[in-house]
Amino acid sequence: MKQPTLIALKTIAWLACLWPLTWLLWGAVTNHLGADPTATITFVTGLETLWLLTISLAITPLRRLSPRLGWLIKFRRLLGLFAFFYASLHLLTYVALYAGFDVNAMAADIAKRRYITMGVAAWLLLLPLAATSTNWAIRKLGGTRWRSLHKLVYAAAVCGVIHYWWQVKPGVRTPLTITIVLAVLLIARPIQAWIQRSKAQTA
Amino acid sequence: MLIGKPPEIPSSEITPQNQYLNRRRFMRKALSTSVAASAAALGANRLAEILFPSISVLAGTKLETVQSPLTTTGEQLTSYEDVTHYNNFYEFGVDKDQPAKNAGLLPVRPWTVRVEGLVKRPKTFDIDDLLKLRPLEDRVYRHRCVEAWSMVIPWVGYSLSEFIRQCDPLPSAKYVQFLSYYDKRVEKWGSETSIFWPYSEGLRMDEAMNPLTLLTFGLYGEVLPNQNGAPLRIVVPWKYGFKSAKSIVTVRFLERQPPTTWNDQGPGEYGFYSNVNPSVDHPRWSQKIERRIGQPFYAQRRTTLLFNGYGDQVASLYNGMDLRKFF
Repeated sequence: MKQPTLIALKTIAWLACLWPLTWLLWGAVTNHLGADPTATITFVTGLETLWLLTISLAITPLRRLSPRLGWLIKFRRLLGLFAFFYASLHLLTYVALYAGFDVNAMAADIAKRRYITMGVAAWLLLLPLAATSTNWAIRKLGGTRWRSLHKLVYAAAVCGVIHYWWQVKPGVRTPLTITIVLAVLLIARPIQAWIQRSKAQTA
Repeated sequence: MLIGKPPEIPSSEITPQNQYLNRRRFMRKALSTSVAASAAALGANRLAEILFPSISVLAGTKLETVQSPLTTTGEQLTSYEDVTHYNNFYEFGVDKDQPAKNAGLLPVRPWTVRVEGLVKRPKTFDIDDLLKLRPLEDRVYRHRCVEAWSMVIPWVGYSLSEFIRQCDPLPSAKYVQFLSYYDKRVEKWGSETSIFWPYSEGLRMDEAMNPLTLLTFGLYGEVLPNQNGAPLRIVVPWKYGFKSAKSIVTVRFLERQPPTTWNDQGPGEYGFYSNVNPSVDHPRWSQKIERRIGQPFYAQRRTTLLFNGYGDQVASLYNGMDLRKFF
């Protein structure tokens, strides 16, 4: 891929990732976040996190479809870091607007409420990944160790989706779409690996 | 916007609701035989709404009301816009803005309420007679949803007890059950959930007879918009909002506690009583705090009050009961 094309695509990716934040900030300033702004902020940041994580998880299976899609890898860190950014905003919304910075209330919530426990777990799983996202960290850890560490992203995504299911009312199926997409992506990997193996054997 | 607030219209000028609905049913039926049935029917509904918007007219009609000593004072009212566009009415979609968009299809006339079960004689009441049964009162109530948000709403209605007296329940009646309208052709969004319809709610007789329990026909001095439970609903201000059944078609008197929709869905999450209680958490979130609708994000937090602040009137109903056990 040519450098100008890459720069253009990266700019688009940045703008797309920043769009929900811009929308939220504009809505907060003009009081257009709906009847329950706190819930809107929570929902938008949470859903954005899950979709960005899911898209970043789609990159590897997509690249395997064709050697011409190799350039997609250049977008994975960007997507992953934005996922962490929205996850952090989501967490901050809880800390500030729900818990009102009340440490005791938060400790009780984390201990008692499994969807909060699961959400905090997902964020904690993303934390070391964000921290080791620099080129320096990759070199320092070495490719193999870095890759094993970054397998935590699967656990984080699964925790995130469970966290979503556990806080909707029983009978509500809104998290279904993202669950199916994530499931397909997770199943795609062993299937692709199996196809590659059988190809290698026949060759 | 489907639901408008037109000025007062003489009733003589309102297209009779049944005519309008018959027309719509006819159009739908005619189309259902065509090949592109589902898609075209959707288009026909839209067209019908544009051509014959009379279905929503009732929602703006002024009601004659009197003042009530049971009204809540000292609270800023939630705006008409928020009260009517932020709704839980799953028969018309699970998103908060869906009922306002979809509930125009609810056929609010003709409408009757069937009274059955442990009564001297089963009866059927017409909505227009119920509207005239007692003077309609303006009653501002706090409304606390189990999802931890709240509103302050000026309802219009009279005490449910006034209606129950007309039903002649037998002394053996200990509970009253409310069933909401359900027609899966009208409320096609209901099947997007795994909920068993029609919506069912219930109260113990003494709760139903408490003067605060309101048989509700309007809000903001006007006929209820469909999404708020037209043409009649109950409002039980000291309980979580889902206890206040909407668009009621059947009232049934029973000896035993009736099955209720959310209690069936999650017995550990939604109790039969579901009194607002900050010290009994929902298993998934705290009920100590609520978010007031329509406030900016930094000013939404409120402390939730026991019985939603109506303890003086209702706490005695639960004397000697363990409110943690009977949550």
